Order: sequence, then C-alpha cells, then structure tokens
Amino acid sequence: MKSPLAKLVAQRVGLSVILLFAVSILIFAGTQILPGDVAQSILGQAATPEAVANLRASLGLNQPAYLRYLEWLGGLLTGHLGNALSNGLPIGPELWQRLKNTLFLAFWAAAISVPLSTILGLIAVRHKNGFIDKMISATTLLTISLPDFFIGYLLIYFVAVKLGWFTSVSTVFDGMPFLQRMNAIVLPATALTLVVLAQMMRMTRAAILNVMQSAYVETAELKGLSRFNIIWRHAFPNAVAPIINVVMLNLAYLVVGVVVIEVIFVYPGMGQYLVDHVAKRDVPVVQDCGLIFAAVYIGLNMLADIFAILSNPRLRHPK
Amino acid sequence: MSQELEYLSHRVAKGKLSRRDFLGRAAALGVTAAVANSLLATAVLAAGPVKGGTLKAGLQGGESTNVLDPALDLSQVNFNFSKCWGELLVDTNPDGSIDYHIAEKIDSNKDATVWTMKIRKDVEFHTGKTVTAQDVIATLERHADKKSKSAALGILQGISTMKADGDSVVVTLKDANADFPYLMADYHLVIQPNGGKDNPNAGISAGPYKVAVNEPGVRYGGEKFKNYWRGDKLGHANQVEIIVINDATARTAALQSGQVNMINRVEPKIVDLVKRISGVTIQNTSGRGFYPFNMFCDTPPFDNNDLRMALKLAMDRKQMLQTVLRGYGSIGNDFPINDAYPLFPEGIPQREFDADQAKHYYKKSGHSGSILLRTSDVAFPGAVDAAQLYQQSCAKCGITIEVKREPGDGYWSEVWNKKPFSLSYWGGRPTQDQMYSTAYISSADWNDTRWKRPEFDKMVIQARGELDKEKRKKMYRDMAMMMRDQGGLIVPFFNQYIDATGKGVEGFIKNPAQEMGNGYALAECWIAA
Repeated sequence: MKSPLAKLVAQRVGLSVILLFAVSILIFAGTQILPGDVAQSILGQAATPEAVANLRASLGLNQPAYLRYLEWLGGLLTGHLGNALSNGLPIGPELWQRLKNTLFLAFWAAAISVPLSTILGLIAVRHKNGFIDKMISATTLLTISLPDFFIGYLLIYFVAVKLGWFTSVSTVFDGMPFLQRMNAIVLPATALTLVVLAQMMRMTRAAILNVMQSAYVETAELKGLSRFNIIWRHAFPNAVAPIINVVMLNLAYLVVGVVVIEVIFVYPGMGQYLVDHVAKRDVPVVQDCGLIFAAVYIGLNMLADIFAILSNPRLRHPK
Repeated sequence: MSQELEYLSHRVAKGKLSRRDFLGRAAALGVTAAVANSLLATAVLAAGPVKGGTLKAGLQGGESTNVLDPALDLSQVNFNFSKCWGELLVDTNPDGSIDYHIAEKIDSNKDATVWTMKIRKDVEFHTGKTVTAQDVIATLERHADKKSKSAALGILQGISTMKADGDSVVVTLKDANADFPYLMADYHLVIQPNGGKDNPNAGISAGPYKVAVNEPGVRYGGEKFKNYWRGDKLGHANQVEIIVINDATARTAALQSGQVNMINRVEPKIVDLVKRISGVTIQNTSGRGFYPFNMFCDTPPFDNNDLRMALKLAMDRKQMLQTVLRGYGSIGNDFPINDAYPLFPEGIPQREFDADQAKHYYKKSGHSGSILLRTSDVAFPGAVDAAQLYQQSCAKCGITIEVKREPGDGYWSEVWNKKPFSLSYWGGRPTQDQMYSTAYISSADWNDTRWKRPEFDKMVIQARGELDKEKRKKMYRDMAMMMRDQGGLIVPFFNQYIDATGKGVEGFIKNPAQEMGNGYALAECWIAA
C-alpha cells in the first residue's frame, strides 16, 4: 500500500524536475530572441556607441549563448543567482525580499478567498437554484468579469479616496509593524480575492452537485441526515479532488499573475520587479524570476496531483 | 478693506485661521478667489517655512534596477532623490543664472579656456569630513573616465587638465567654452568624498538630507542633515520620502487621498480633472524639452530642402498643442531653442501652418508618393495621436503621410536616430550651446537629423568661446535662422513639466531646468498649517 503511493509521488516529483529543466531552456532561449540589446536598453536614448561597447564588454555579452546558459544553470544549482546586469548588485537578496512580499500578499488573499469560496459554494449547493444561489453566482461572476485593474481602480476610488478607510499605496517594507502592514495590503488582497473567488466557488458548487446525484447520497438522505450534513460529510470529501485542482491553479495565479495589481497598488512584489528588469533587458533577473514563477506553477500543480491521489483511492491503483 | 484682508492672511499663515474661512471672508469683502489666493501665498511665504514633519512625494520614473551612483541617474526618481542628498558645484536658478553651491565662484581667463572654481570652505559631507578641492577633482575625474559609464562623460570631454590650487580647482579646456559653469550644473556631477571612487553607491554627499532608506523601485527616505552648509535655507521637513508610483492613476489617487504631498508627471489629458480636486495645485513649468519630428537631411527624400520646407509648413502647431498637450506647452519654431534658455534670440518670425505655401514647396520638390513617418507611445505621451494629426494636416496640403506605429521595445535602439523620419523627445539642456553641441553638429553621436554643415559647426564653436553676451546672442540668432529654414527638425511644441502639490504644500519654486522645481521640491517645500 505504502510503496506504490511513494512511487507515484516520486514519479510526480521527478516529472516536475524534468519539466522545470525544460522550462529553464525555454526561458533562456526566449530571453535571447528579445529584440534590442541589454546595453542599449540600460543606457536608453542617452547611449553613445562608445558607452554601449564599454557596457557590453563589462557585462560579458560577447560570450556565446550556450556558455552563458551553462554558467547560469550551474550558478542556480549551487545557489548563486548571479548579479543583475543593470545595477551589478547580487540578485539573491533582492529577489528573496520581493518573493517574500509576493507570498505574503498571496497568502492572505488565499486565506480569505479559499475558505470563502468553498463556503459560498456549499451554501450555493444548499440553496440550489434558489435566490441565494443565484445571488452568489451573479456577484462572483460579475467580479471575475471585470478586469483586475478596473476592480483595483474602483477600490482605490471608493474605499481609499472617497471613504478614506484604507491606503491606496500598499508599499510595505522590512520592519513595518504587522498591523500597519496588514492595513496596507487590505485593498490589493480584496481585489485579488474578488478576482479568484468565482472560479473556485463555481467549481465547488459543480463538483458537489455532481456527487449529489450519486446513490450513496440518496441513501444518506433516506437515512434522514440533514441536508448540510450530507453535503459536508458525504459529498464534499468525494468532490475534493477537482476543488483542490482549481484552488491550486488560483493559488498559482495569486503568485505569478498579479503584476497589474502590484503596479496599481504600488506593492513591491515579484511582478513589478520582473517588469522593471524586462524593460532593462536584465536577462539574468528575468531568467531567475521566470524560473521561480515556473517552479511555483509546477510545484502547486504537483501538489494538486498528489492531493488528488491521496484523496481518491482509485487513483492509487492505476491499471 | 485690503488691510483687513492682509491681517486675515497673516492669521492664516500663522495657522490661526483656516484657508476656507479666509476665502469665505475674502469673498464677503468682494475680492475674487484668485486675488485672495495670491494674497494668501504672499503672506504664507512672508511668514516663512514651517519646520519639521515629513514630506512625501509620489513619483513616476523609478525602477528596481536603479542604484544610488549619481553617474548612472537617468530616471526621475533618482534625479529627485539625488537633489535631496547630493550637492553640486553649481546649479541653475529659475531665471537661468548660475546658483553657486560648493563652488563659491567661477572665473575664467580672457579667452574662456582656463576656469578657476573657488571651493567654499565650510561645506561638510554627511560623514563630517569637509569638502576639499581634491574631492571635487576626484569627482570630475571619475565622471570623465571612459569606463565610468557616466551620463556626464560627454560634457566633460572638453577638459584637458585639472589641478588643485589651494582651495581652488583650476580647469584647462581643450577649446574655449563660455558656458563652462553651466556644464558643472549637470545633475550627475554630485560631489562625493574622494569622488565616489571608493563606493559610488554610498549615497554620501553634502545635500540637505542624509540617505536613510534606499529601496530601488519602491521607496527612498532622507533624514535631515544637521550640518547642512546652507543651514535653514533648504530642507524644512525633518524627513523626506519618495514613493515610486509609476501608474498615473495610482499617483493621482495617492495625492488626492493625502498619502503623498506632491506628484510628478500629471498627464495633460487629466490635468483639468486633477485641478478640480480640492487642495491640489497644478505646478506646470515651461521647460526646455521639446517633441520633435526628425528628418534625416542626408537621406532621400529628405535631402531635398524644398520637401523639408513643405513638411514644416504642413504642421498645424496650434491644433497640435491644443489636442496633444491640451495647451500645456508652447509652440515651436523648428529650431531646438525656446525662451527658457539664456540668450534666447527674440523676434524670429513664427512659422505658421500654410497649406498654399506647403503645396508650393511640395510641388517644387518634385516628390511623389507617400512618406513614411514612424512613431511610438514611448517617443512621448501622445506621440501616436500627434503623428495622426500631422497626417491629416499634411493631407490638406496634398502630402500623403503613412504613419507606422513601432513597438516601444527597441524604439530608441532601432528607430530613433536610425530611421529617416520619426518622432522623438529631447529633454533640453541648460544652454543653447549644449543643445546644439549634443545633437546638431556634424560629429555629434546624437545628430538625429543628420544636420551636417561645416559652416554651422564653425558657428557653434565660435559662439561657444564668445564671452560678449550681445555678440553671442546675435550668433545664436543666425544659427536659429539657419536651422529653422534649412534644418531637418520640425518642432511642433515645447512641453511643460506638469507636477501637482497637495493640500497646504507651500514653497514650490518652478524652474525651467527640470521637473519638480529642478528636483528641489522636497527640500524647498513645507506644509503650511
């Protein structure tokens, strides 16, 4: 029993590592075919051919591409993220700071949105096709249909400017008191919650409704269990695999897809960091960020698979 | 009546009466709001700056790739922050004259080839060390080093030797340059201990604030420097803070909700809306920056002056100014200089939109077929609209323009200064000579109109060495006329820096050199009660 499970998990992890490797090659190749030139971009309109040549030489851009790839990969494997081309500073500490911020925001957005969407889903099932169900669906669909920047601007305009409840400038920094930090992320976390709520809610609702059609639920009903008890004790555990899947996808979005929200709320996360460096053609940073994003995505998907296997005994014994 | 108003305005300045009450009473006395406001401003200035507190700016133009090294400052945030912590030898006053900082005075020999800068005695670095002539020389040396990547490298190339002479620095130039003091006003030339050769990113100089927070692309903070050489004159707030807000809407919201006291780069499109927010003042400053349409004078079909003239006459400048900049700018005259420059040659006839003349010159040029004009959003805000407007006004003159919208990525490396007809921007320079030398002499790297006339080069060099202002002004007039009638430059307009200050912010001094009062807004402003 134990060993096939371990084998399955090991397989998943192995596949993920290979996938990550392939992604690293794609990222490197992708950054090589970007138009323009790092040195030129760093110097902007103010570039003289002389300054560009100096900069190119000092950045090591005259080496062949495969050498630079191997160097980069070797550095990564030994824990050296290298130095940013644009400012010559080591990437590691800055990236770690940004990643922490991104994870902090994603964590609190998830801490609100995951339970909230699941509970809303359960309530919607409980009142299937009733007024409450329709209200929940309509509201969440509305918030997902609005572009995230628009939700952000609406929140800024009404909550920050008109009501003055929370700040629209979500700059956080080290040594900021916890409560102040929480206050700063209220608006971006709310915006993110509104964006991811609908999908998770709808999936919860659909998955549970699907299970509700089955014979054992009917049996439970005949036993005289309360409707909520049936949903919670019998339907939910069997519907959890697809829910976990969609939750993981949304968690991944919270980490890798929040560039726009970060820009609007001036939140110092990875997205903003990545965009700045893309604009400067700072290839090592772009590559590192891309790889971290890919790792988060692949990792969460792997977790989703593993949880699905754990929650569904049928998946543990593939033919 | 006016006595009562004056009395009331002083009470406001001392914080004993609110602005709103004051304006109410003024209205009751039959005074218009504009007059009442200006009275108030005078009173507040007279009452003197309010000391202490924290002043915050929300600024566009900061990236996480930035460093503190002033040699590498290119974007607005670094520029503004360096004016908080850094100190220059000299800077320029709003009227274009020289403001002496670390250099107490600058004199030259008769032919403007040897310049002596006397270094002020009592200026202290943030570390407590006194600024010496050696520090100044080391700074100039670092920026003049080809390896330094300094943006000031170009302007220092004219220096042949430097030496310290007691508390003076003596600089010998390769060629005469009457504008030498203006070269030293370049904002990259922040004087650092030992020229910053030990650690260019240390953020140590002699400005009114010490660097307290340095988080590139996020925020910067300055703590008041107690031993600042100008004492109380600058640096009224105890702390200054810059928050990097690159999104225009977020910046406006931050000002509106009072999270920052001032912002830069208000888009012309929304100025009229921002103006209506209570407590917010628009600080628009006419600068020296302009948005040119560049034609290569040596590349067909633009090597034909009749065609160039037709294209200049087909530009409807007034409409362009109203539509693209909403009037926040001034009309250009096809040479790169406006009246914000010292020694501006007045009285040059303004070129107007003239369909008949344009048709005439177009016919004379013998050109037929469409002309390709390249534009992009990054050329300047509204550049795509500007190109389309131009296309329409050209159509009225029988000239067909094909507008090609280029991607922002790579515009400066692939299109500007590479393709024969494109839109661009120039930030302007402190002096006419610098502007001409940077972009309009044959040997200039950035000669983005391929304007290569040996006789023009000669005029530039001659004017550069001329210490007699009247003679010099006349030379600049000849140069302007030549560019206007033969050059490859179409200048529809000069832009303005549009900044905004929030409730109670006083002391903002507009300076044509740069945005945010030449970067001094944080050090110069205070919040009135």
